[in-house]
Amino acid sequence: MSKRKPYERKMGATWWLKNTFHTKYIIREGSSLVIAIYSFVLLFGLFRLSQGAEAFNGWVEAMSQPGWIVFHLLSLAWTLYHSITWFSLAPKAANIWLGQKRVPDSWIVSGMYGALAVISLAGLILVLI
Amino acid sequence: MTDSIKIDILRYRPESDNEPVWQSYDVPFTNEMSLLEALAYIKDELDPTLSYRWSCRMAICGSCGMMVNGVPKLGCKTFLRDYKNGMKVEALANFPIERDLVVDMSDFIEKLEAIKPYIINDNPRALEDGCHTQSPKQMAQYKQFSMCINCGLCYAACPQYGLDKSFTGPAALALLHRYNQDSRDAGKAERMKIVNAEEGAWGCTFVGYCSKVCPKDVDPAAAIQLGKVDSAKDYVIAMFKPGE
Ligand code: SF4
Ligand code: FES
Repeated sequence: MSKRKPYERKMGATWWLKNTFHTKYIIREGSSLVIAIYSFVLLFGLFRLSQGAEAFNGWVEAMSQPGWIVFHLLSLAWTLYHSITWFSLAPKAANIWLGQKRVPDSWIVSGMYGALAVISLAGLILVLI
Repeated sequence: MTDSIKIDILRYRPESDNEPVWQSYDVPFTNEMSLLEALAYIKDELDPTLSYRWSCRMAICGSCGMMVNGVPKLGCKTFLRDYKNGMKVEALANFPIERDLVVDMSDFIEKLEAIKPYIINDNPRALEDGCHTQSPKQMAQYKQFSMCINCGLCYAACPQYGLDKSFTGPAALALLHRYNQDSRDAGKAERMKIVNAEEGAWGCTFVGYCSKVCPKDVDPAAAIQLGKVDSAKDYVIAMFKPGE
């Protein structure tokens, strides 16, 4: 008769707190929740815009409350954290070659930051003109 | 100077224990002593009932994987000098404990077999055609992924595997990528079915810890992301090929 009795350890709901790498991963992924909420807030703003100037101004006014400003700053910080960690991982998903040489990881990372800068600048210009 | 070090080991003796228990040992410390040597000291001098696996003692065989302070490590590549405050040693996470530091790896082995880890080619080169040639670029596509020693540390690092054992997992997907990228191989279409499956590359949420803990600098996370790129291409191509 077999004497085997393999023991399975349970992961438990707090598995991601036991290892700093996993904790950082959950923080990175957690930003998607904040971005989802942010998108809904923004969508609501668009909806108010469709209802006319008065409705939209009311929304803008509400958004300048301290609570909402904190929310926006928090979303910004969290999103930036996500972007930075994501950019540093991006070369793993790219296998780009120039002739017989692989494009160095640093080029891909710099490219991502470059793209972010260009798009942000374009957005800023659009808002300001 | 420290002359001894405390090592806590998670013991599990299936004939007497219902669940694992911690047991503490004091081991004489030397600067060049590996964890594996410390375990040998415990077994020889303190407690012959301790079970653990090893073979090569030089990070080649992949049999001495274990958790050290919660991090997957090879016992032979882990040195006491880096853990002067003591260490907590436990069987490799995400695998069932068979006894003490010995885990049951059969699921991992089955996954490695399932990805067809060999060169598939219906029209192999004839002997008189001479040897295969590969450019440095062709070789670089798969070389690092062929360095895997099947130690399973990446599975212990992967929460996706821990939460759902049907996930093909890092080393198997890296090995799959290794054969798919080999210019001598023609089995990609067969293997893509495994990559495309729910438990294939898409089961990965890019935690990235597998690549961090790998003792051989294989980059399973990269292999899986490149697998996703391949899989997405497959999907788009399939849209234009109705009836397949
Ligand atoms: S990929 Fe690295 S960590 Fe995973 S089994 Fe192979 S050698 Fe071990
Ligand atoms: S004993 Fe072979 S890898 Fe550690």
